[in-house]
Amino acid sequence: MSLTTTVPPRPVHAPDSPLDWSGPLVPGRVVLDERVAPRAAWSGVVATGDVLTIVDVGGNQSADCLLYAADDTAERYSAADTIAWQGNVYVRTGTVLRSNLGRPLMTVAGNEVDRQDTIGGACGKESNTLRYGHHTAYQHACRENFLAEAARHGLGVRDLVSNLNWFMNVPVEADGSLGIVDGMSAPGKRVALRAERDVLVVVSNCPQMNNPCNDFSCTPLRMIVTSP
Amino acid sequence: MTTGGREGALADVGRARADARGRAAVSAWMPYLPPADTPYPPEGIDPATLTWAETVAPGGYTHLRVARGTRLRLEDADGEACASVLVHNAVEPGERLNVADTQKIPWQAYLGAGHPLLSGDGRVLATIVADTSGRHDAFCGASSDAWNEAKYGDAAAEGPSPSGHALLRLAGAKHGLETRDLPPAVSFFKGVRVAADGTLEWTGSAGPGRRVDLLAELPLIVLIANAPHPRDPRPDYVAGPLRVHAWRSRPTALDDAVAVASPERERAYRNTIAYAGLAGL
Repeated sequence: MSLTTTVPPRPVHAPDSPLDWSGPLVPGRVVLDERVAPRAAWSGVVATGDVLTIVDVGGNQSADCLLYAADDTAERYSAADTIAWQGNVYVRTGTVLRSNLGRPLMTVAGNEVDRQDTIGGACGKESNTLRYGHHTAYQHACRENFLAEAARHGLGVRDLVSNLNWFMNVPVEADGSLGIVDGMSAPGKRVALRAERDVLVVVSNCPQMNNPCNDFSCTPLRMIVTSP
Repeated sequence: MTTGGREGALADVGRARADARGRAAVSAWMPYLPPADTPYPPEGIDPATLTWAETVAPGGYTHLRVARGTRLRLEDADGEACASVLVHNAVEPGERLNVADTQKIPWQAYLGAGHPLLSGDGRVLATIVADTSGRHDAFCGASSDAWNEAKYGDAAAEGPSPSGHALLRLAGAKHGLETRDLPPAVSFFKGVRVAADGTLEWTGSAGPGRRVDLLAELPLIVLIANAPHPRDPRPDYVAGPLRVHAWRSRPTALDDAVAVASPERERAYRNTIAYAGLAGL
């Protein structure tokens, strides 16, 4: 069935691009296995000790990600504390993802991409007008996904902070130049996050359609939680 | 009931009042009111036009509600201050500093003159309009409680080594803001640089007397913690007095140099000026 709509075109998944649904990065009993459609949001609580594997099914598809302590969401992911504590701006295996109080929320237990991003932030309808122009004002964005998904947990605009971008590549060059460049991921590549306490994970499957980093093909994500 | 060594100073209200009034003094860190009375008037500025003047104590904080078009000067008096700053739209505080957009949209990680402090709503909250330091950091934020507890043994605001975050929580609370209202901050007067492998390299202070001027592009709540940077390699808790002066100026116009510096910035100021006009700000 084909719907006729006057809504301007949405970013699409190129029908012939390869997908690799892969599987959990760490062994264990699967307690959750869900697919996130292109452009969509996802959230779930990962219990202490469980591991969330995020699969980049189509390759270089940014999974914008925020974390909250499930029992007190005022304590939430802090890119700044994560960076300050490890003395490095890139997220790699072993990086402890810390809260605004400096405490561990999750640890990167496995990672199949050289480095992951936490300085690039999320796209937004509003910031898109700065980055690309006001003609993008009606395009969907990660900030929309975050707000919609956060609202399901009683969270709102006050709870959005600088996030993680799994499978996105944002280098800082010697003169301070910073920007989103070609990704280092590929279909089926994964990152695995071990929960150090019960953590609410909110993900936006990035719907950005102005950046060639995913070849303009928005692809699905797979979220797998395993219990050791 | 013992009065210890107080020799009856509080024996009745009259003597208590006299005792309290006798304690007036001058401190190395205090607000100066009226601001024209500041002992440290900014060079080239008529003191009569000042709207705020203060020296923030080491390990202290301040919080300012400033009008659109206010110019705010931060000065690192002895080279040991570290000003961790948050800015919120005073009218809608859900709009606040977004360090990711502040770095990503100008395509530049390092703060300096002309750099906009952006919100997540596509607008400029404040512009860095002058900078004689060049040693700043938008990566690490203010020090956290856990960091200061691990490094100094204590992070409490009332203790010997307050965390920047503990100070910002109190500063924000004065405006009804809660922990969830405090995103990562930017820090002035203590710098880091990023090596090719992502490692943070400490560049520290540019020395005494360095200053940064911020121009409020919207009505703002400005929260400032003056606590050591989390990557400060020194084992001791070293912070210095931070001077804060403000005066009325005018917000950035679309033909100003900072606005025409790049297409992204031009659009950011367009958004900001339109928002202010529509809201009657």
